[in-house]
Formats: sequence, C-alpha cells, structure tokens
Amino acid sequence: MTRTLVGYADRFSVRAGERLRFMVSSFGPAGYRAALVRLLGDDGKERVIENAVNGDYPARRQEIHSGSYAIVPEAKPLSGLESFTVALYLWPTTPGRGRQALLAKGDPARGRGFALILGMDGTLQLEIADGAGGKASVGSGRALQPRHWYWVAASFDAASGRVTILQQPIRNFARAEDAATANATVRLAGCGAANREPLTMAAFLARAEDDRLKPVARYNGKLEAPRLLDLALDAEGLARLRADALDGSLRSHLVGAWDFSKEIASTRIRDVSPWRLDGRVENLPTRAMKGHNWDGTARDWTTRPEFYGAIHFHENDLYDAGWEADFDLALPANLPSGVYAMRLTAGEEVERIPFFVRPARGGKAADLLFLVPTASYMAYANEHMCWDAQLGEQGSGHVAAVGPEEMFLNEHREYGYSFYDTHEDGSGVSISSRLRPILNMRPGHSAGWVGAAGLSPWQFAADLDLIEWLEATGQRYDVATDEDLHREGIALLRSYRTVMTGTHPEYYSTRMHDALGAWLDRGGRLMYLGANGFYWHIAFHPELEGAIELRRVENGVRDWEGEPGEYVENFSGEYGGLWRRWGRPPQSIVGIGFIAQGFDVSSYFRRRPGSFDPRAAFIFEGVGAEEKIGDFGRVGGGAAGWELDIVDPRLGSPPHTLVLAASENHSNVYMVVPEEVLSTLPALSGIDNPLVRGEMAFFETPQGGAVFSTGSISWCGSLNHAKGLNNVARITGNVLKRFLDPAPF
Amino acid sequence: MLPIDPRRTDLAAEFKASPFGPHSPDLQHVLNLMRATPLAGRHVLVVVERKREWALGKLSGERGKPVEIVPGYRFTDPETAEWTVFKLRWHELTGEALPSDEALAKEARP
Repeated sequence: MTRTLVGYADRFSVRAGERLRFMVSSFGPAGYRAALVRLLGDDGKERVIENAVNGDYPARRQEIHSGSYAIVPEAKPLSGLESFTVALYLWPTTPGRGRQALLAKGDPARGRGFALILGMDGTLQLEIADGAGGKASVGSGRALQPRHWYWVAASFDAASGRVTILQQPIRNFARAEDAATANATVRLAGCGAANREPLTMAAFLARAEDDRLKPVARYNGKLEAPRLLDLALDAEGLARLRADALDGSLRSHLVGAWDFSKEIASTRIRDVSPWRLDGRVENLPTRAMKGHNWDGTARDWTTRPEFYGAIHFHENDLYDAGWEADFDLALPANLPSGVYAMRLTAGEEVERIPFFVRPARGGKAADLLFLVPTASYMAYANEHMCWDAQLGEQGSGHVAAVGPEEMFLNEHREYGYSFYDTHEDGSGVSISSRLRPILNMRPGHSAGWVGAAGLSPWQFAADLDLIEWLEATGQRYDVATDEDLHREGIALLRSYRTVMTGTHPEYYSTRMHDALGAWLDRGGRLMYLGANGFYWHIAFHPELEGAIELRRVENGVRDWEGEPGEYVENFSGEYGGLWRRWGRPPQSIVGIGFIAQGFDVSSYFRRRPGSFDPRAAFIFEGVGAEEKIGDFGRVGGGAAGWELDIVDPRLGSPPHTLVLAASENHSNVYMVVPEEVLSTLPALSGIDNPLVRGEMAFFETPQGGAVFSTGSISWCGSLNHAKGLNNVARITGNVLKRFLDPAPF
Repeated sequence: MLPIDPRRTDLAAEFKASPFGPHSPDLQHVLNLMRATPLAGRHVLVVVERKREWALGKLSGERGKPVEIVPGYRFTDPETAEWTVFKLRWHELTGEALPSDEALAKEARP
C-alpha cells in the first residue's frame, strides 16, 4: 500500500541525442529492471524502446536531507574568536519544537564550538563547548512567543567566563513574560571557535550515514541581521548593539554583519562587515520576507529592500535531493519527440520516471506541439492535501482515497512539499523543485481528493489521455515543456502551427505568458484543452535549474495565504499573485477563465447559440444540435468537471468570442471561486448559482490564428471513450484538423 | 450550527441512492458536517489495488504518522465504500445507528 522504489531524472526536458541522468532509491527491493518506454497513454499503455541502458541494476537506499539553512565558510576571523558577542532578530514559528539552531560555529552538543539556539523549551540559550571537556549552557529562562519579533543577543568573555544574554520582544504585551536579561559565569577554556566548522544559521551540520552533510536542529522561522563581534559586551553594550547603525567602538569589533536584504534573488548572503565573510543559503529558504521593521508602507522589496531583510527557514525546505546517479541514458538522435519514462520494475513494484523528449536541435517533426504543463506539475509536486487539509473533503465531495504515492509521501515529509501545502510551522509553501522524486507525477496516479476512490487521473496522468488520443489517431506531434517556453520564448513556438495545452496549465511565468501571447498575435493557433489555466504568476529561479516560486496573495483559490506585504517573488522581484491582478486575466489570452470547482463528479456540455454561427461550423461537423456532449469519460464520468472556466468580456474575453457550449447540472460541491465573490452570499454552488458552469469558446486572432478553449479540466478524459468514437473526440478532431490547415482564419 | 437530526433517515436514503452529484440542501448540510470533523480519526479509503480494491483507514491527524487500517473492511466499489463511511459517521455524529439498508430503501423518495 506504499511505494518502495522511487527516483527522479536530472531534467524534465531533453532533446533527442542528449543524455539524461537517473537517481533511484529503494525501500525494499535489492535490485530493479530498467526499461526505456514511450508512453502511449495512462495506466501502463507504453512501448519498450531498445536502449543500451535497459537491464538489471542493484538498488540502494538514498536519503533526502531536507531543511534550509545559511552557511558561511570557515575563515580566520571566525575560528580566531575568543570572546564574542552575537546578536540577531528572529521571528520564531515553532519555539518548543525541539532544539533549533539560530547561529552556530559548530554544534556544542557534538564537539567544540558555540551556538545561539532555541532550546527544547522554546527559550533562548547560548551553548559553548571549549573542546577540552568543558561545556556550558546559559538560557534566558523565558520562552519566546511564536510569530512575534524579538531582538536577542548573547556574549561570552573568555577571560572571566562571564555570559550575558538579552531577549527583547519588539512588541510588549501586557502580562507577557518573554523579555529577559541573564548573567552567568562559566568555567571554560575558551569558546571552541577554532573547530574548522563553518558558521551556520538555522541549523547545525552533521555528517549523515551517506557521508553527506545534513542539517540538524533545524529552525523554523525568520532570521534577520545577524551580527558577530570579537569582544564580549555587557548588558549595556548589548543594548547599544541593537542600533541599525553601530557606533564606532562597536563597528571596529565587527567580525560579520549579514544583510539578507542584499542580493535577495540569489542564493548568496552578503556580509557588510569589512571582512566580507559572504555565505550562501541551501535548500531554498524563502527570502524577501518582511523584517522586524516593516511598517505597512512598503509592498515591494525591489524598491524598499530595507524592509525585507529577513529569511524564513523551514525544516522541510528542499531544493535538490542530491542523490548519486544509478545510470545515464543516452537518447538516440532519431528518437521521435514524445512523452517517455524510465520504467523501473522490482516484482510488483513499478516506478516510472517521466521525461519529455524534444526533437533534436534545429529539428521539428510536426506542425503540432503539445506544451507539457510542467510548471503546474511542479506546483502540485508531492502535495499532501488528503493528510493535512482539514476541510479538503468538503471541497472534494467524497471520502479521501489515499493511494500508494500518498501513503509514502505522508511518511516521508523530507521529500518536500507543493504549493498546495503548508510547512510544519503553518506558513505556506512558496517554492517547489523538480530535483526530487515527484510521486504524484506518475502514470496511473490520482490525487486522493480528486474524484471518488482514486479512479480519476489528475494532471500528468490525465494529460496522458490526450497522448493516447494523439497516438490512436496517428497524429504527429512534438512536445516541449513550460521550462523550455520560459527559457526560449517565442522562438520555441514560432515554427508550430498549433499548440495544445494539457488539462490544467495553471502556472505561468511572465516569459511564458509573453511568449504565448506574442505567438498568438502572429497567427498561432491554440487549443486550450483544460481549465483553470493561466491563473497564477510564478517565477523561475534566476540561477538554479528547476525551481519555481509562487506568492499566493490577495485573492484566488488559495490553500494558504501569503502574509501582508509579502507579495513580490524573491526569485524575480515580480508581483506574484493572480494573472488577473496583473491586468492579464486568463480570459484575455484564451477567452475564458476560472469560475468554479468541485471534485465529486463531472457533468456534460450542451450546445449554445454560438455553435451554430457559420464561423464555428467546422467545429460541430457531425455533432447533433441537441445531443449532450461528453456525458461519459473516465474523469468523474463526464467532459465537464473538476475546474471550470467561462467567457467574461469584462475580464478581457475578445468581443467576437463565440460561446460554443455550456455545461450544466453540477453538484453542490462545485462552488464559485472567491475572486468572483465580493460578499458573504449563501448561494454559490452548482445547485443554486448559474455561474457554476463551464463554457467552450472559440475566437480568431490577428494574422489568421485562432483559439479554441474547452472550459473544463475533465475534457480530455472523454477523448478515448468508445475507442475514440464520441462527440468529444469528434469536436477535438474537427478543431485540430482545421487548426493544422494553413489557410488563415 | 445546526446538528444532524437523527430522525432524518430519509437523507441517508437519499445519499445511499446517489452518493455523488447534486444533493438536496438538507443532505448537503449533513455531508458538510461529516466532512469537517477533526483530521485525527477521520475515515479515509486506502487503495489496496488501484481502481479495484480499497481498505478503510483512519487518519492519525499528525504529519508523518501512518494511517491506521480498520480491520474487517474491504471494498470493491466506491459507492459501497462511501455508504459505509456515511453510516459510521452518522453513528459518530448523532449517537444513533441508521436503520438497516432494507428499511432505508423503503423510505427512499422517488
């Protein structure tokens, strides 16, 4: 009932003739048989492709060491410390959730060094181990409140053994007992700084069994403006250290002063002291976070970085699983473009690691491109909604059905989260990476909250229904991914006559959006075969491959909500909400936009007057005037379901948009999306609100192009019904045939 | 909050007849309450064989802690599974067991 063999490739997208690397971990099997397969549909429809890499391999367990932290490499000014003072601002989110490192030169619990930490009881503590058997720990004795700012400082005088600790809440609550000053004298031979360890923040580093460095005592919460001095300040001196601009007597003792508001989009942290002890962050903590001084007058870190000097660390942040490779796959130069997987079999356990093969460089095999919505796959990567979302079942309308991937992911939180999850501290997950096994992006997978009993494919598996239809109809097609579109822009699209989306292309970066729009303005033809597309703005990391960021802010269907003032993506400096809030709603690019969702059953469409317009005659050739369209299918039982879009001229649907068909008879769990609801109205469901419907639409674009939009995520689940002899396949086929015809619209 | 009225067994009959899709507002009210219980102890289905067989489980409500399999339940169709969970929840929330399926069938509205 769980998974025992899991893996990932170093890329989603690869060209014929290039190489791809595979990393695998076993939770049981001693070995596996690998085979390259071309996917011809969902549920194991595939063809083995001969390749030198096919064969038997030994399997081993590989671990994921999640948790973000900052690291400053070992340097003389750090290892030479004798007396010292450390100070920083923090906004802890889980004080009391185990021992958590704030700033450390080694881990005093396991060797020599000193560290400012939150203890098991949520109090501030300075720990020192001198390396000669002497250890000391001095605490504030007062627990910190979660989600409140503090300024804390601690000093150690090597000559006298005097330790001073200061814990100052930024906001003073009546009856609160969270401010503290503590003094103690300890007998130690030194502070242990000469330990060859790097300086770390938000974790200690320990050597794991796999010999990699692993963050331990991981801190949840924000850190800001850490400072380190080479003298021990007393309580009065510590108080002066809180000033933004230090006086000369303190400045001349600075060993490090890290300003996290600098180079926010990067993984670097800058030391603004004369020593320039710059460091870096690992596992992508969230930057561009409000600091202790944020006062509501700034919303954008790019114009007022001084208010965004904090980094939020989380214990299960993850960028790269970092596994050793099991094997490299060399793809033949003549391998046709398409959706492939490396199939790993060990007895009954089968792991398929999907990837997308583009034509060899400079080549193109087809006039049709399937644009694989990989940014949306990454957004949902390893989501945990069945486990963590208390009201999820109300929205899905059936008992959750957890499959083997979900069982595995619940027990392996180190595999990281999706944009649909919250961290252990309740903060939203705003960063996702593909450099890890993504177990809900597998043939045969259904999310346990999507449709009853896990019968309905979702996202990648649902998009394989489109692949099955293309393969079954003998249609030639190329594939490329969202990441390719982000990187290459309109150059990727310009040689294709028609582009097909997947069932749920929800997440778009600015470059992706710009490129698709520009291509449509130049005669491109788009078949938007899903719903809730072009909805959220995302950013790709400017330096690291395969990482995206989202800020779920202000409005929209949100599984968490960003904090006020934290609206601008740290990867790009762009506003990170709905495309609608950019003045570019989905309706403005594909004619329709998100209106309602529910996940119990799907329904069907009926033709609307627009379908009888001569401009749409080619779409409905062979379809009766009164017949139900798509009252069948394997996604909820119908072609109109899960998430639904409608035409709305107010939001930018072109004035000549034809509404071809509309769905009806949706259930009580289909509800109007929040951005359409301005007040607390009681009638918002499929049984009492007429907005709950999907609309199929068509319109022509300048220079002879056109857009066809289905208005429903479940559309493609009906394509292969009755061996493809059905009205959903007929409509889709009619549109595709005309869209591939070079004659301009 | 309006609690579930244990006398409204007609709503259970309505659910048994059609567990998915549009429901009467009164039945939806019952379902909304059932679907908002704490995660700890909430019933879920556990896929035994994809698209063929399901077990009954209870969520721990704690991240990382496994689901507990409830012995004695195996389902081979989603409707029976959904109905079984409905009956368990009805009992949990009202303190009263539903009448037998046969008795309910007689009250089902056309």
